[in-house]
Amino acid sequence: MINNKNIYKKSILTRWVSGIIVNQKAFIGSCIILFFGVLAIFVPPFIQSPTDFLSTPLSPPSSDYFFGTNGQGQDVFAQTICGARQTLFIGFSAGILVVIIGALIGGTAGYYGGRIDDVLSLLINIFLVMPGLPLMVILASWLPPSPATLLGVLVLTGWAWNARVIRSQMMTFRNRDFVSAAVISGESNIRIIVIEIMPRMLSLLASSFIGASIYAIGAQVGLEFLGLGDVSTVTWGTNLYWASNDLALLTESWWTFVPTGFCIAMISFALTLINFGIDEVSNPRLISERLWRNKIPKNKITHGITPVSNSNE
Amino acid sequence: MNKSVLYITRRFGFYLIAAFAALTLNFIIPRLMPGDPASIIFARFKGKLKPEAIDAMRESFGLTNDPIFIQYFSYLKSILKGDLGTSIAYFPAPVSEIIGNGLGWTIFLAGISMIIAFLIGTTLGIIIAWNRTGKLDTILPPTLAFFGAFPYFWLAMVFLYLFGFSLNWFPIGRAYGNEINPGYNLPFFISALYHAFLPALTLVFVSLGGWMLSMRNTMISTLGSDYITFAHAKGIPSKLIMLRYAARNAILPNLTGFGMALGFMLSGALLTEMIFSYPGQGFLLLQAVQAQDYPLMQGIFMTITLAVLGANWLVDIAILFFDPRTRK
Repeated sequence: MINNKNIYKKSILTRWVSGIIVNQKAFIGSCIILFFGVLAIFVPPFIQSPTDFLSTPLSPPSSDYFFGTNGQGQDVFAQTICGARQTLFIGFSAGILVVIIGALIGGTAGYYGGRIDDVLSLLINIFLVMPGLPLMVILASWLPPSPATLLGVLVLTGWAWNARVIRSQMMTFRNRDFVSAAVISGESNIRIIVIEIMPRMLSLLASSFIGASIYAIGAQVGLEFLGLGDVSTVTWGTNLYWASNDLALLTESWWTFVPTGFCIAMISFALTLINFGIDEVSNPRLISERLWRNKIPKNKITHGITPVSNSNE
Repeated sequence: MNKSVLYITRRFGFYLIAAFAALTLNFIIPRLMPGDPASIIFARFKGKLKPEAIDAMRESFGLTNDPIFIQYFSYLKSILKGDLGTSIAYFPAPVSEIIGNGLGWTIFLAGISMIIAFLIGTTLGIIIAWNRTGKLDTILPPTLAFFGAFPYFWLAMVFLYLFGFSLNWFPIGRAYGNEINPGYNLPFFISALYHAFLPALTLVFVSLGGWMLSMRNTMISTLGSDYITFAHAKGIPSKLIMLRYAARNAILPNLTGFGMALGFMLSGALLTEMIFSYPGQGFLLLQAVQAQDYPLMQGIFMTITLAVLGANWLVDIAILFFDPRTRK
């Protein structure tokens, strides 16, 4: 902690970048995401088109087709790489939108309190308690299948959790002295929220974004798997849809669904790692716990050593 | 005592409002769509369905020429009577009857796997938080987080492929054996458990990590409290401190989370049922999607929402029992 002293003189961005590089988990996670990002953006023009008919349907992996071919005789390797594009794009866009809406609604509820909070909290809690998948299915089946539909459905069913987290964080900030000082000095509420409070919630917003993206990617793949996306596009979800439609299990052609599922898992795992990393960097309790761990010899502790007591939780 | 009753009534009021919101959403969604729902239905089913089926569908949605308020009230009235309309895929069976047949299996599968995952996950969380420098704490969280990253239904596909199709250890569909007579007899129970094993295993496997991690984290912060240190100083046996002092308090957020996770877990259970052709709500939902059977889809949404709300209320009552602060 001692050499972190002048860390606060750096800009927020450099602080974050250096924080991520130093933290092992966040670093590994970011590398995986970067890898898939590069793969999705730059590689598709150089490989086989994922929609061409190439060879006998359902031929197993070979030197020609690394991941074999699917039930339509298309290259599974190309489909896996090209599928990343739309899936990741929609996943991360939904993540951003969810955080923005969550911050707007949750932030307003937490900052203003009173009647406004009562109404907004009720709205948040209703959306929280409603089961997501059936609602998504109804919405997606009434709307025409398109990326915009997917995005809208994901955002509508996903915003409530973030709103709730941001609301409770906002409520603790609302009672801090610096906010009271800003109110007394006559700053407008909007300015206080955007300029004074939001920058202090950056780590929460970042981890909310990551959590929302994990949710959006998983839910999107699930919806497309049900055939509620546009099945003519190549995405990770439609890959799985076609695999199950072409009876991948009955024909024992595991290569049609294993690569795609693995990529999805890698992405969510990498995002989870980044979230662990953010938590470790920004959560004082975990920092002090790690410092203590280094000082005390391993396997000697049998009970609680966390030096920071928390009275609020 | 009076406070507890007030608390339970307040929560019930909230779930009533939520149920009402879901009902209204269910009513509004078809009417908000571009174009009117009647013409969407006509366009999609033209030539595919008999005219009387289309009429039944219009009637299920209350799509008459009446003003929207009248439509809404007649919709509420029919829902209260338990009338969810007529299914298209299973025409002319009423939706409520089809859903009723599959509801038991979903509650059985989702309930069993949720409780197992919660118990195992919470216990593991207590253990690894207690032995925080041990090997388990370095191995288990990342491993389970990794498995938690897989989509539910994909893991279900892999399990079904490995243990169902390749190794032939488990059945590849249905909820009980073909030759077995459903009823209160032992072979039926054994067969039902055998058929539920693999789907339940996938659900437990994916959701275990979440329970374990949240239990571990609250347990660690509870272990840092002064009253735990004081208990140590008094010389109370560590096992007692671990279970009665720390775990009893640390479990509260997990219990609240149980209610929150219900909807999420149920969504996972629905997808898993589809893969395993398990005859519950998920399997019905898949058929409804494939046949564009809107009344059935919306009926499933209503049923599942009401089930989740009811279960949440039960969780609230359980919390009242465990957390004395809510009784004050």
